[in-house]
This record gives sequence, structure tokens and C-alpha cells, in this order.
Amino acid sequence: MTRLFLRPHWLFALVCLLSAGGARAQLTIEIIGGGATTIPIAIVPFASEAAYPLSTSTVVGADLARSGLFKLVDAGGVVPRPSRGEDVRYGDWSARGADAVVVGSMTPQPDGRVEVRFALLDTVKQSQLAAFNYVVLPTQLRATAHRIADVIYEKLTGDVGVFSTRIAYIAKQGPRYELLVAEADGFNPQSIVSSNEPLLSPVWSPDGTRIAYVSLENKKPVIYVQSLSTGGRQVLANFRGSNSAPAWSPDSASLAVTLTKDGGSQLYLINADGSGVQRLTSSGGIDTEANFASDGRSILFTSDRGGSPQIYRLTLGGGAIERMTYDGNYNVSPRNLPDGRGFVFVRRDGGRFNIALQDFATRQVQVLTQGSLDESPSVAPNGKLIIYASETGGRGILAAVSSDGRVKQRLTAAASDVREPAWGPLLK
Amino acid sequence: MKKPVPQLLISALFASLLAACGTTPTTDSGAPVESRTVTPGSTGANTAGTTGSNIAGNAAGAQGNRLRDPNSILSKRSVYFEFDSYSVSDNYKAMIDAHARYLQGEKGGRMTIQGNTDERGSREYNIALGQRRADAVKKMMMLMGATDAQIETVSFGKEKPHNAGHDEGAWTENRRDDFVYRGE
Repeated sequence: MTRLFLRPHWLFALVCLLSAGGARAQLTIEIIGGGATTIPIAIVPFASEAAYPLSTSTVVGADLARSGLFKLVDAGGVVPRPSRGEDVRYGDWSARGADAVVVGSMTPQPDGRVEVRFALLDTVKQSQLAAFNYVVLPTQLRATAHRIADVIYEKLTGDVGVFSTRIAYIAKQGPRYELLVAEADGFNPQSIVSSNEPLLSPVWSPDGTRIAYVSLENKKPVIYVQSLSTGGRQVLANFRGSNSAPAWSPDSASLAVTLTKDGGSQLYLINADGSGVQRLTSSGGIDTEANFASDGRSILFTSDRGGSPQIYRLTLGGGAIERMTYDGNYNVSPRNLPDGRGFVFVRRDGGRFNIALQDFATRQVQVLTQGSLDESPSVAPNGKLIIYASETGGRGILAAVSSDGRVKQRLTAAASDVREPAWGPLLK
Repeated sequence: MKKPVPQLLISALFASLLAACGTTPTTDSGAPVESRTVTPGSTGANTAGTTGSNIAGNAAGAQGNRLRDPNSILSKRSVYFEFDSYSVSDNYKAMIDAHARYLQGEKGGRMTIQGNTDERGSREYNIALGQRRADAVKKMMMLMGATDAQIETVSFGKEKPHNAGHDEGAWTENRRDDFVYRGE
């Protein structure tokens, strides 16, 4: 887009999410700040979409609005309502202040599937930016809407969209802990494991097929790897002592973990089937919270080897260890950004815990959040949003912040404490 | 999604505040555990092969009586720590010594020391801090006559607080080691 409008940081949308099944721990997402610039976009209701239980254009619009980078322009009252790119009269939309317009249609197929067509048009350049069609089952309409939103987001911002991704998180309701997997907009939460003992530290395999997590169900921390397609799980690490902080290698073949079997909390590498344990660090202090760089060549981790918990980088192969953080006396939970430019982490400052971002090259630190107990950051696969755990009124909630600190979202689940978010990978 | 809906937001926030009152403290160990032990090849990530299994405490065998006698120092099972510290106060030396001597006399005796922290900070870093608290007491017990094989040290980090409060009083209760003998 060539024309962008300055918008204030106001709450401008609330997405109320209620699923038909009254599913458990459904997340409700509200946006509490937008980008410095928002792209005004009109999403025209798709032709014949009222024949389906799900309004595809509404899901597309909600995705885009939730990103904080778009402002939805009222699409009502244009007669006749366009459903194909060639039907769009650009003047109708530029008069409403829309820089972009989305049109589409639904056509039932003889086999019960539905053809979804859409086109994205630039009203400033008066040109079509994208047009796709998908033939899907009616049950795949939400997923299709997310894919359409991804295409629009990528065309208009230049970044990869993450509306089709999934998130995992832990919900605690009374004494019960559940590990849930939901769509990135909080819909369709599905419980993959539940326990009366704490669950923590879920992490997605980069290939999206498995989640590793820590469970205390055996009266000690044990790491499991669970398949999302079969639900089958196996113990990854159950050595003497504590087994925790799993982190996948980029090829999904192995994990870095924290074990205490040889005394103290130290980093080890272990194959994804639990074989081939190999020690990575040997310090007298605590080494934990490993996280692989996306090129697989280094690991960030937390260590108190220098007296206070700080973030260090271990170069694999050579074994060199370099201290990364110096500012403050509590810097923990490092997560590499996917572009290799820096990392996010949790820093304590005056008793408050906040999410911050540090650039590798400049070592400059930007504090992104303003809560008092912000923790467990997880970076979206496009590097643009960070989801994390926070707290309000004594209850755990999830929140997200853009990597520039401008866009903020809050995700709450009725009657549940939610924590330990983990953003899943891009769909292949 | 055409307009802001502040009235909905306010009611949603109010509802979440109300819901916040429902938090209940985690109970101690011995609670039944339901885990999904799923056989590979079964279908459906969310419903596959749920097998409820209750792990109930078994009565301790031959070693039971002295450990359960409320008049015995061996019935004392918790060591508390200062903030950000794993040094063991002198107040606990007699109690730790009694457990070490018990283990020395009961070669078959096995104990787990469970380290815990208060709620502040990273969950995983707190797992490591709790581990260090458990390791500190194990080290003392080994100097006092227990053997390495008799004591496993584990950590619950901040995951299983005794006191679910959010103040110094609660935090003081939660920075602790608990001793659990096998079979208990």
C-alpha cells in the first residue's frame, strides 16, 4: 500500500469468541493498541456465504483487525454488492477511505464441497493484488478464511501471515491442568492432555507434528513428547532428579533439555525418541531454558554462572559460551527471533517482570510490556508478535505484543487460569 | 466488526474479574493423577486412549512407625528458605541430622527431597532454583551418614505452592523443601 493513515492507539475492536460446543477454556481476544499506521480495508461479505454456518468474510476481517495493522471500513450499502474483482468500482471504495477491498464468493460443488473465491484489490493503484480459489469441505471454512487473511496480510504488509497457525497453552481450572491447542484466534481449543498435577513448558516441534512438555504427574518433572495426529505420547526424559525445559532443534530431530541426573541443572541434547543423551554444558551453577537459533548453530540459555541469572549463547560444535545480557540482575527465558536478529526474554526490574527484546548486533534492549508478572514469551513464526503469560486480578491471562511494542492484545479464558503459551510453526 | 463495542468489553472485563475469585490452591502430593497413556496408532489427539490411573499412597512397610509418630522429630519434613537463597538455617540441622541417621540405620530406606520456590520469576528457572534447595539438603544428609542412592532430589519450582497467596507471608511458606519417604 502506498497510502497509510495515522491511527491513535485506541481500543478499536473486541472479538467475542463463542464456539457452538461451549468448548473449554476458549480464549477471548481483545486488542488494546494498534500499530502506528493501520491500513483501511473493506471486506465485502462473500456472495452466498450466508448459506453456510460460518461467515468467511467475518473471520477474515476479524483476523486482520486483531493484528492491529488494519482498520475495517464499513462495506455495507454498495449496490450491487461486488463479488468478483472485475465487479469492483474503485471509486465506491476510495470514497469510503478504503485503501484495499476484498470480495469473494462461495459456490457449492456437486460433491458437497464448496468453492471459495476471493480477490484483493488496491483502490489507490486501481489494480488487483491477488486472487485465489479454494475447493474445501464446509468444515474447512475457518481454515480457509485464515489462509485468505494470510494472503491479504502478506500482500499488504510484506510479512508472512500467521493466522493459519495454532497456539498451545496450559489452562488451570480448579485443581485441573489441561494442555490445549487452539487456532491462532483462540477458536477450537482441544485438550491434548489433562492432569491433576501441574503441566508446563509446552513447545512445538518445528515440523508441527508433536508437542514436548513437562508434567509433574509422577511427583517429579518428566518430559513427554506427544504426537498431535495420534495423541500417542512417550517419555522423552525421566532420569533421576528433575527433567525439564525442552527445546526443539530446528530439524525436529532432537531437543535440548535440562537434566539434574549428574548433579545440578545442566543442558543436554537428546534425540526426539529419548535416545542418545549428550551433555552440552558443565558449570557449577544453573544452566537451563535452552532455545535454539533458527539456523540450529547456537543455543541461548539462562545461567547463574556469573552470580545472577543472565542469558548466554552456546555455539554448537565449537562449544564457545558468550554472555549476552548485562543490564539488571535477573534476565531469563530467552527465545531467538526467527530472523536471527535478536531475542526476546524476561527481565526483572524493580520487582516487575517484563518481556524485552535485545538486538544481537547493537545489544540494545527494548522493554515491550508493562505488566508486573509477564513471563514465558513465545515468538510467532513471522517474528512479528510475541505471545506471553501475564496476570490480571490474580488470574493468569495470555497477552501478545508486536515486536515493535505497538500492538497489544489480551487473551482471556472464562473461569480458567491460562499460562505457558507456545506459538506453533507455519503450516507447510 | 464494524464498530467499537465498549459496553461488551466492560462486561467481559467485569466477568473476568468475577471469575478471578474462583482460583483454588493446589493441593499437596497424593492427589489422584489422570494421565493419557495413549497407545501409538490410536486416532484422535483429544480423545485417544484415556486411562485413568490412581496413584494412591501405599502404607509404608517396616519403616513406617517412627516416621509417622507425631512426637518424633522424623515427623518434621519441611525446611524453609530465605528469598533467593539455598543456604540451610541452623534451626533445621537437628531435624536433617535425624533423617540422615534414620536413613543410615535403614539401608533400604529411600527418600525424595522436593524443592519449591515462591511464585516470582520464570517457571523453568524456578524449577532449577528448587532443585538447588533440594540438593543443598541432600548434601548435608550425605555428610551426616545417608548415601547418594537413598536420596533423590527433585523440584516442583513454583508449581505446587502450599499457600496460594501473593504476599510475603505466602512466599515464605512456599520457599521450602519437603521430605517424602518411599511408600508414603
